[in-house]
Amino acid sequence: MAATPMTLLTALNTALRDVLADDPKTLVMGEDVGRLGGVFRVTEGLQKDFGEDRVMDTPLAESGIVGTAIGLALRGYRPVVEIQFDGFVFPGYDQIVTQLAKMPARSRGLIRLPIVIRIPYGGGIGAVEHHSESPEALFAHVAGLRVMSPSNPSDAYWMLRQAVQSDDPVIFFEPKRRYYDKGEVDTTASDQPPAHRARVVRPGTDLTLAAYGPMVRTCLDAAAVAAEEGRQLEVVDLRSISPVDFDTVRESVRRTGRLVVAHEAPVFFGAGAEIAAHVTEHCFYHLSAPVLRVGAYHSPYPPSRLEDEYLPGIDRVLDAVDRAFAH
Amino acid sequence: MSGDGIRLLTPEGERVTHPEYGLDAGPEELRALYRDMALARRFDAEGVTLQRQGELGLWPSLLGQEAAQVGSVRALADGDHVFPSYREHAVALCRGLDPLVLLRLFRGVDHGAWDPDAHGFHLYTLVIGSQTLHATGYACGVAKDGSDAAVLAYFGDGATSQGDVAEAFNFAAVYDAPVVFFCQNNQWAISEPNARQTRVPLHQRAQGYGFPGVRVDGNDVLAVLAVTRAALEHVRSGRGPFLVEAFTYRMGAHTTSDDPTRYRDSAEVESWRAKDPLLRLERLLRREELADDAFFAEVTAEGEALAVRVREGVRSMPSPAPEELFDHVYAEAHGEVDRERAEFAAYQASFAEEG
Ligand SMILES: Cc1ncc(C[n+]2csc(CCOP(=O)(O)OP(=O)(O)O)c2C)c(N)n1
Ligand SMILES: [Mg+2]
Repeated sequence: MAATPMTLLTALNTALRDVLADDPKTLVMGEDVGRLGGVFRVTEGLQKDFGEDRVMDTPLAESGIVGTAIGLALRGYRPVVEIQFDGFVFPGYDQIVTQLAKMPARSRGLIRLPIVIRIPYGGGIGAVEHHSESPEALFAHVAGLRVMSPSNPSDAYWMLRQAVQSDDPVIFFEPKRRYYDKGEVDTTASDQPPAHRARVVRPGTDLTLAAYGPMVRTCLDAAAVAAEEGRQLEVVDLRSISPVDFDTVRESVRRTGRLVVAHEAPVFFGAGAEIAAHVTEHCFYHLSAPVLRVGAYHSPYPPSRLEDEYLPGIDRVLDAVDRAFAH
Repeated sequence: MSGDGIRLLTPEGERVTHPEYGLDAGPEELRALYRDMALARRFDAEGVTLQRQGELGLWPSLLGQEAAQVGSVRALADGDHVFPSYREHAVALCRGLDPLVLLRLFRGVDHGAWDPDAHGFHLYTLVIGSQTLHATGYACGVAKDGSDAAVLAYFGDGATSQGDVAEAFNFAAVYDAPVVFFCQNNQWAISEPNARQTRVPLHQRAQGYGFPGVRVDGNDVLAVLAVTRAALEHVRSGRGPFLVEAFTYRMGAHTTSDDPTRYRDSAEVESWRAKDPLLRLERLLRREELADDAFFAEVTAEGEALAVRVREGVRSMPSPAPEELFDHVYAEAHGEVDRERAEFAAYQASFAEEG
């Protein structure tokens, strides 16, 4: 089958449909995922086709959802859990950090917990408090979890399928403001690189822009503007935040000599700090400028009338690019 | 239901009847229950001793809770699955877990890494209440599989204050999960008495979630066995969960790190000593001439042999190899772990070169 155009949302829905069809042990569970199809409709139609036993509307309790998913995984199931919004994962954070992440290692590998926790995340949609957050660093810091975020429909489809297939717990961050982005998805092209591999989505020679999730498109747009000014930026879509594909990042930086890392999450102790430290340590003599970070400020996510100031957009990315070239 | 709860054996060792719960136990079964409790008590005492000698980092004693644990675990069938907290040493022994494997956790050799499927006995859980959700999810899976297995989840009175336990009760109820929630109300959560955790008797909590809850005399092994059997039958029949509150007492310190004289008086401890779970079964066995001195001597000797095996096994237990730090963090390769493992190996090797 050839590639078909789909929104990122439809790509996720298709991936869930395909994993449910492929493996009877796969379950979808969460608040409103059944009859309603989820508040964003990512699980639309799944309960109708796979039944209440496999697409489970759960009570409204995130610790309960994650904790029972762990129990189901212990029994041999592969639950794909939906957390309704980024800001509501925290009641389940204890189960994720103290149980889900640690149980495989503490059992010396006897226990595997193939659970995917899908979290629509990020801002830019004019939402009320707790509906626009980017908590990925809080998960990447926890050994035992894999953390990833697709930026486009094809990756959304394939990375979700790979996440479900993985025997490790995966925190799967979905860029909710990109849900309606369209792209080609070939659901038969199974020769995909593993989700933990970054991808150069725009080649360039002068500076590397590294991003993931919703910021990849922002960086691509910034690179297009920079090209008009005669700067060739290379854009790396990290795709995975734990692990980070440092090989791809280093290879790019060694060619360009400059690196800007961008994410929606606050800069302070964010994923960008880890990448900056790593690149500084391993590419020190290739760098023509310090590694710069672009992200949100160290303040709670603001009321939506201020989110354009809070979130990094093309201008803030280009400003960092300018500063990198000032060296 | 109030007071000490459903009872089939008085502290004086007399059998009494209950309108709803009965136990048809022959001499052999009664002796086996006594043996289970006596071995657990001896094992537990050895745990305390080994900690005092510096061989273990910590030991949470089960002293006083032998009947609650043995009575409940002996109600299970082989295919059933247990989710323990961290004090269920008698349950572990009865499920067939090697005590030396259990002790690895308390010696700091591992975090408790037995195979949960080998004995239907999940890992100990130290985060209070967490395991009740795992038990509930597991029970949901059991039901999906169409299996008639049941799940038994242990937790304490303090744990009932946790959100996870409330969520587990509710998830289990709305999904009709085949799980028996077994609360050992040993009156204390470290230094906090029951009154700081609850305004209502704990078994009554079940009512609010729409499933039955009963209080059983947790120091009466016969009543615990009878009630847990009935509870298991209930959950197996697809009628949803069941809460058993075993009313018992933690005779020792919370753990070897604790000093209970700072928060409770000895009169209370003494009043519970009179309700000792082993003593009352011994009284029954002797009064009805179901066991003689030789039997008790044999059990004592068996306990001593267990203690010796445990002592020697713990003392000669090897520490893990340093590289094991990096093992099993992920099922599949993870770049960061791989990089750090290599760095660590190089760092270790630098000492070897220096000699
Ligand atoms: C979430 C959490 N908070 C605090 C602790 C520290 N802690 C360990 S045991 C304990 C008391 C538990 O009491 P209870 O549930 O009655 O069980 P018991 O120790 O009496 O068997 C506490 C507060 C913990 N292990 N987990
Ligand atoms: Mg207690």
